[in-house]
Amino acid sequence: MRNSGTFSSRIGVAFMTPAGVLVTLFVVFPFFWIIAVSFTNRSLLGASALHPQLVGLKNYLDLFDPATFWSQGGFGPSLWLTVQFVVFSALCGQVLLGLVLAWISRELSPRAKSLLQGIVMLAWILPDVVVGFAWFAYLDRDAGTLNQLLRGLHVPAADFLIEHPFLTICVFNAWRGAAFSMMLFDAALQSIPPSYLETADVVGASGWQKLRDIVLPLIRGHIVTDLILITMWTFNVFTPFLLTAGGPSFETDILPIYTYRIAFKSFEFGKGAAIGVIVMLINLAFSLVYLRLAQRGLRKKGKAA
Amino acid sequence: MLKLGIPSPALRQEHRIAMPATPHIRWTQRAPVARTRMRVAALLFGAAAWAMALAEPVEVSIACRCVEGGVNGSEARWLKRVVIPEYVAAAKAQGRDVAVKLREFAGSAEQMSQQLALDFATGQGADLAEFDGFQIPGFVDAGLLKPLDEVAGADANAWEGWSHIPDSAQALVRFRGKRYGVPEQTDVRMIFYRRDRFRAAGLDADHWQPRSWNDILDAARALKRHDPASYPLQIDAGVAMGEATTMQGWLMLLAGTGEELRDAQGRWIVRSPGMLAALDFYKTVYIDEKLGEARTQRLVSGRNRSFTDFQRGKSAILIESNWFYYTAIDPQGDFPIPDRDELVGWAKMPARTPGSAVRGQDFVSVSGGNSFVLNPHSNHPHEAWLLLAFMNSASVLRSYQEYNEHLCVRDDVLPPHSEFLRASGRELLPLTTIRPIDADYEKVSAEIQRMTESVIANKLSPRAAMAEYAAAVKQIVGADKVVALDTSAATGVQAPAIPARTTGADHHAE
Amino acid sequence: MNRRALISRIVFSVCAALLGVAFALPLIWFVFAPFNAHADLDLALPAPPTLANFARVFANGAAVGALLNSLLQAFGTVLLVATTATLAAYALARATLRGKRVIEYVLLLFSSVVSGSAAMVPIFLIVNALGLIDTQLAVILVFAGGLLPTAMFILRDFIASIPRGYEESALVAGASPWRAFVDVVVPVLRPGVTIAAVWAFVQVWGGFLIPFVLLRSEQRMPASVEIYSFYSQAGTPIVPLLAAYSVLYSLPVIALYWYVNRKYGFRFFGGIKS
Repeated sequence: MRNSGTFSSRIGVAFMTPAGVLVTLFVVFPFFWIIAVSFTNRSLLGASALHPQLVGLKNYLDLFDPATFWSQGGFGPSLWLTVQFVVFSALCGQVLLGLVLAWISRELSPRAKSLLQGIVMLAWILPDVVVGFAWFAYLDRDAGTLNQLLRGLHVPAADFLIEHPFLTICVFNAWRGAAFSMMLFDAALQSIPPSYLETADVVGASGWQKLRDIVLPLIRGHIVTDLILITMWTFNVFTPFLLTAGGPSFETDILPIYTYRIAFKSFEFGKGAAIGVIVMLINLAFSLVYLRLAQRGLRKKGKAA
Repeated sequence: MLKLGIPSPALRQEHRIAMPATPHIRWTQRAPVARTRMRVAALLFGAAAWAMALAEPVEVSIACRCVEGGVNGSEARWLKRVVIPEYVAAAKAQGRDVAVKLREFAGSAEQMSQQLALDFATGQGADLAEFDGFQIPGFVDAGLLKPLDEVAGADANAWEGWSHIPDSAQALVRFRGKRYGVPEQTDVRMIFYRRDRFRAAGLDADHWQPRSWNDILDAARALKRHDPASYPLQIDAGVAMGEATTMQGWLMLLAGTGEELRDAQGRWIVRSPGMLAALDFYKTVYIDEKLGEARTQRLVSGRNRSFTDFQRGKSAILIESNWFYYTAIDPQGDFPIPDRDELVGWAKMPARTPGSAVRGQDFVSVSGGNSFVLNPHSNHPHEAWLLLAFMNSASVLRSYQEYNEHLCVRDDVLPPHSEFLRASGRELLPLTTIRPIDADYEKVSAEIQRMTESVIANKLSPRAAMAEYAAAVKQIVGADKVVALDTSAATGVQAPAIPARTTGADHHAE
Repeated sequence: MNRRALISRIVFSVCAALLGVAFALPLIWFVFAPFNAHADLDLALPAPPTLANFARVFANGAAVGALLNSLLQAFGTVLLVATTATLAAYALARATLRGKRVIEYVLLLFSSVVSGSAAMVPIFLIVNALGLIDTQLAVILVFAGGLLPTAMFILRDFIASIPRGYEESALVAGASPWRAFVDVVVPVLRPGVTIAAVWAFVQVWGGFLIPFVLLRSEQRMPASVEIYSFYSQAGTPIVPLLAAYSVLYSLPVIALYWYVNRKYGFRFFGGIKS
């Protein structure tokens, strides 16, 4: 590894200080507070707010208590639902859709590309409340745009939020977040020297071959970054609450909504913090898998070459 | 921290006024030569500082979950147009210069609680805050609220208003024998019915008064027979309805079985014949006979939809609070029924069977209430108390009735115009019950919502749902604070016997 | 070859059109409802179109002021995040520190935990200790701190793709490290910074919890909080007003995106690798 002669460590420290101070104050300190609180029964209200007690692993054990773990609206179903939510709406939804959008828009005229990306970006940049309200109007059983459209096409109208709530929030989340992946992949794709793809065209490679053999290996770093971020964000996304509030009957009770019920409605911070720590560990596991997959892909590539 | 004793408001004022003069006294000591002249100057200066301290108005603030033109808009208007200007004028007349600030807040009740809790924990926040009575225990146990007389002094106990507020309403703000605020509003819950649908179905449309749960079901069945596509009966259940499930649904049913949420020793009842009967009632309504539409209960906006359904005649029986009648379906309300007075009737909620309700009553109701509390860290606790007492004086509350007619807890402030409010208050307040003033109540209430959701979504049998409730409540309050009653003899209302242990969840419970 | 290119072009165009429509449909309602005095959840052509809803929204002074507060908080945060994250991510990338990528990732994980309601208590206590409760600065600082790890994480791939030779040749030519950073690194990093900045802006623009917990005065609240004043007495949304305000609330982010896209483009100023 080349040693950095770029600049002295003093300047390096100077460059890092502003961010370091902010992150220490508003991320690192609260983080350790949360870790500490997850071993106590600290709450905002009630006697345990005044005199929080150390409860050891109780918050963690309570979450996995067999008597309540699989109950309706319990931690178990919520955890399982969230993993499915991440796989379907984030990985299959946002990441794949983002890649497809970035790939498709390469072939479009600048104006068409701008239009398509603009529409996709709109879904991403609008505030939560606005988007929640838009979808509420969109999906309404009796008057919603989607059902008006379906009736126009002589397809029977559907009661999406009651009949297919989980599917609905998956589609919603994919719609909402695809823009970030699209944007990241678009930037990454443009860093690929055009000559690589032109050479492939000369050889007569198909679109799929180009994607698999040239593009994906080259933007591997961006893909891993994207996967890590999207997974993390989806584990923390609260917006579906605006559509379903976790219902009906907990069918969309993803972890952020579950946590909201614990940590916000009843202000049990100890338990809420424990969930936060568990989610962090799950995120860590997902990230390790991504990194491992990316490395294995690299090794395979190396062998093939 | 304030355990030094009851702080005297007079002492505080004196302290505050003496402050500016202090440095000058030290200065005179360092210059003994011209002592007299200096003393005169210091005196003059001190007097000027005193005058300035007097000239700067004392600021008191009010936090409410209300905003002009939005949530509880009429309350905001009343506070801004009546309470604040009239109080400032009254104080001025007594020689006090006071400024009152209103902090309007439009978000949810939980958000407001969090803000207040953080404020009170760090010695900040408005001097007066609007509170739903059932939040008091949580705040008190967290050390965030102090008894009214500890903050405001003995004046608070001597207030004329207490003699006009019945003890049942004072219970809304009382916790472990101490008063924490002044209650203002209350409400009652009852059955509303549409006379047009009743008439069409051949039912008594003018003086319908069910005497038992079966009478309600029979009326709903008749309505359903007449219009099979309709869902005549709505009684709140499930998670999406939130606290409405507990108050409009569960507690109304439970009180009719003669049971309460806790037993006489304060232990939470997690299994009982009454609970089972209430869950069976839900099952009959939403699952077995489809007398009500479960979908409405389960939608995020379900409560609004239940109003719309009633407004449009899709449902004909709705159990709601008096607020529904005088605000929601008011001809100028959000869900207007232009000929409301002729079209909509109301009836008392009956016991399960006559005489089976709490205290042996034939009918029941449930009440909540709004109150204002004092911030224990208020800089001007006495002034804040004077404002609170002023706000809750009979004449000022009568002016509130002109902005927003309601059931006031004061017996000398009656609803001035609405015969409905007068009559329902007169008939139901003597029968009514309130929620337990208990720090665990909110969490238990969430479990009630969860339990009823399982039943109306047909995910669990009533017994299995009750078993999940038992496990969850035990985890919340501790095993020593729950009690299970014998349910072996209990049978459903109408429903055929339900095979127990139909779901996997049942294995984990018990 | 030619036919294949044509077919693939048609396939791409059809896919693009379908995707575009699918993405646009849920928002169509917002094109009509704000101009309909009796707007409801259904899609209806306003007859006649009116600006009455907007007039009523503008009558609510607090809600209009809230948009300005949102702008202040969002731009303040973006400026702070963009500069500090770029500096720190760059310094970290060029430092000889072992495990620096792990540091970035660990900070990212930390920040994901520090997003919920529980974290608001320590944050409130710190801001209170700093004496910054009810100030816009507090909102900016707290947002910036929370967004920094992600911004740095987004930037690191972009920095990694800058050949060291770039700055080194500038340094050899006699530039100071700061000049080398500003003149060489920043222009190359621009697409990455743009992505991070737009992302940060969007987070602040829609963020509810932080301003809500830290601010008290209505005249400092952002639009994400004030939008709740368009709920009726009974707490139900006043649909026509909410639709109109939503449009006003959305316009600044749309304008920002349009401007950034036009000015900088979400694209690499190629030529680095080729």
